[in-house]
Amino acid sequence: MSIEFRKDLFAEERDDRLNEIGQPRIRQDILGHVTGRTRYYDDHLFDGLLHMRCVRSPHHNARIRSIDTSAAERMAGVVRLVRPRDVPHNINTLLSLIGFGRDDEPLLQPERCAYKGEPILAIIAETERTAREACDAVRVDWEVLPHVLDVEAALLPEAPVVNPEYPNNTFDYHDRYDHQKLRFGDIDAGFAAADHIVEGEYQMSPIEQAPMETCGAIAAPETNDRFVCHTATQALFFSLGTTAKLLDMASSRLHFIGGTVGGGFGGKVDSLTEPMAVLGARLTGRPVKFAWDRPEEMQVGAPRGAERWRIKDGVAADGRILARSFTGFFDAGAYTRLSSYAIVKCVGHLPGPYTIPNVAANVYCVYTNRTPATAMRGFGITGVDFAIECQMDRVARAVGIDPIALRILNAYRDGDMKAHRREAKNTALIECAQVAAAKAGWTLPAEALAASSLRDGGVARAEIPRTVTDQAGRIGERRRAVQPPEPLAPGVPRGEIPAGTRGSAVVAAAPQRSDMALDPTRIGHRTALSQPAGPRAPAAAPPVSPSPTPPRAPSVASPPPAAQPLYSTPPTFDPVTSQPSLGSAPGGGPPASHVPGITPPTGPQPKVTVPPTGAAGSSAPRHPEPPAGPAPTTPPHRSSEPFQRGVRRPGVSRFLSGARRR
Amino acid sequence: MPKTPVTFTLNGAETALFVEQGANLLDVLRRGVGELSAKQGCAQGGCGACTVRIDGALHLACLTLAETVEGAAVETAAGLADGPTLHPLQTAFMEGFAAQCGYCTPGMLMAASTLLEDTPNPTRDEVIEAISGNLCRCTGYAPIVDAILEAASHMRRGAA
Repeated sequence: MSIEFRKDLFAEERDDRLNEIGQPRIRQDILGHVTGRTRYYDDHLFDGLLHMRCVRSPHHNARIRSIDTSAAERMAGVVRLVRPRDVPHNINTLLSLIGFGRDDEPLLQPERCAYKGEPILAIIAETERTAREACDAVRVDWEVLPHVLDVEAALLPEAPVVNPEYPNNTFDYHDRYDHQKLRFGDIDAGFAAADHIVEGEYQMSPIEQAPMETCGAIAAPETNDRFVCHTATQALFFSLGTTAKLLDMASSRLHFIGGTVGGGFGGKVDSLTEPMAVLGARLTGRPVKFAWDRPEEMQVGAPRGAERWRIKDGVAADGRILARSFTGFFDAGAYTRLSSYAIVKCVGHLPGPYTIPNVAANVYCVYTNRTPATAMRGFGITGVDFAIECQMDRVARAVGIDPIALRILNAYRDGDMKAHRREAKNTALIECAQVAAAKAGWTLPAEALAASSLRDGGVARAEIPRTVTDQAGRIGERRRAVQPPEPLAPGVPRGEIPAGTRGSAVVAAAPQRSDMALDPTRIGHRTALSQPAGPRAPAAAPPVSPSPTPPRAPSVASPPPAAQPLYSTPPTFDPVTSQPSLGSAPGGGPPASHVPGITPPTGPQPKVTVPPTGAAGSSAPRHPEPPAGPAPTTPPHRSSEPFQRGVRRPGVSRFLSGARRR
Repeated sequence: MPKTPVTFTLNGAETALFVEQGANLLDVLRRGVGELSAKQGCAQGGCGACTVRIDGALHLACLTLAETVEGAAVETAAGLADGPTLHPLQTAFMEGFAAQCGYCTPGMLMAASTLLEDTPNPTRDEVIEAISGNLCRCTGYAPIVDAILEAASHMRRGAA
């Protein structure tokens, strides 16, 4: 079977002599593994090493009335207790380093524990055993509170508040919705045209990464007023930045050494052990090891979060799926960590590798009193893929068609438009299905055997349809009354987006300085501008505005002109500004856009850069300003604002804030 | 806390040190002696990452009181190679991609080398049985079993 190489990146620089493929190659690090000489974080020995362990909540949801540490403090070998007030900036969210989400999680919880195992106090002792015994000697008076462990129960108006930063028990998307929306076409029309309606509900459990080496870190004072930190982290610079922020230290004082991980699978990105170890070293002046034992790894270590999915398909008698709607609930646990991001990633993946003309999804990032969830091997994708593929089998049975032929019939092909308004490229599901069927000895119908990803895609399938929208699920609505969670529920006012409306550009984070902006003509494959101006061009809002200052909606506070980035649309992580505020559409008719991530086409619609609802009086600009003078020019940190680059915030080093560049 | 003198050979070398009462062999090897090839995975006898050989028999170092190895011969994965010459098991693990993160590998190698000393021509089932006390979370077990069988075959060819 000949291999066809489809290359649109670096085509001239790549040849097709793939002479490494099929050849056995020895891992470059395996000699260390088989001789036992590979050094993991715990294989660095320090004289006078101290051991740190945590006192943790035994309850799902409980307020701390009082803590009696007297017995622990009297124990021989106890060096130091570390309390929440010893953490200089005791609030963080992991993705604040890229400006996504609000700080919601303390390193040590001072008031109310929201999950079983949340740490409230740490004890540093000469030996691990002493630290363990001292933790056991701490007496905590708990006021046990009602808890919620189910995602849909957490959405009810009467559910207990899990995370005070998000009192609705949902992550706030785009400062407007309590869920991430996806709207493509008109699912109601698709369901009406269908011969079969197939519905299914799917539930995934949390999965613990369970690496052989548990999470841990050793930190020690270095000379020159720095701290060295050997860590098992999978995200060295995330851990460094998080430590700098929580401990309010310049990151130049942190010397992080990682690189060798005894298994991670996503469970070692949360940067929980490094700040504790460095804090311990700073408070004691001695090397400190903070490592989870196996029970902690299983109870406290953040798993892949549980997901619940409801999928409804409208299917034609010949097996073509005409409409598909999703209602999804991600169980974030008590704090955000990476679940908010997992959903953004997930919704970009819907409706799976299939071309379906009408798609809608409401996906909720729900806080419950369970262990916070985080990354694990394809998180955000694998859970919903399980649901989608189970659903495909259900559809095949309902319609009476071969399950592999059904997938080939509905598979996306090159040139098709995906529901998040990006063109499908280098698709290969059809070929994969054909090879899998052949290897399994599965006989496919001739039509399925003849199909190809290279043919019959694009053209009509490349069109972006007129899209029906709704505004249900605005932040706070659910606290007032039970809201239907499913997309386009009956009784909700509808709007629409004209056919051909593209999504906002998916570009990297907005540049901090104008001289860091990318030249759109050089971005190549990343933007629509690199493609020859074809018939699609008029409908496409260019992802990178050629004009430095796009027109602005009136009556809103604007950042100073000098701060205007070259990008007319902000990153997808912060798509607020790409949406006109509700009711801003001139005249009658529906608001131009209700759908996150969708900008109106260039033309008479209201222009795209509008601050978030209610931000009209806010002085904090969405983008950093260039220097206008000495130090205090950096805008002050406002605790209500998400962490941003360029905003001087307690606990963030100037290096990370970008101020050092000035 | 009172300390006990303990003398043993570690990979053939005379070793003597004072250990705290109740200290386990894994901590003593790693922090007392500086022999780091044995790893701590669970510290409760469940994972096999700390597997060592004491007087020729496999033991979990995390569950072994250090005082009990007085006068014994302790062997770890660091002692498998003969100077710069790797043990056939080590070579087979390298060539067969039988390690990924490598954290379980020293324990696996101890279990496998003990098997091959007693059973030069093991069946696949015997290999699986021999490493059943050693968990691996990365590679899956098939490449490890293959590598052990390959090493056994290589060692028989060398002996013949």
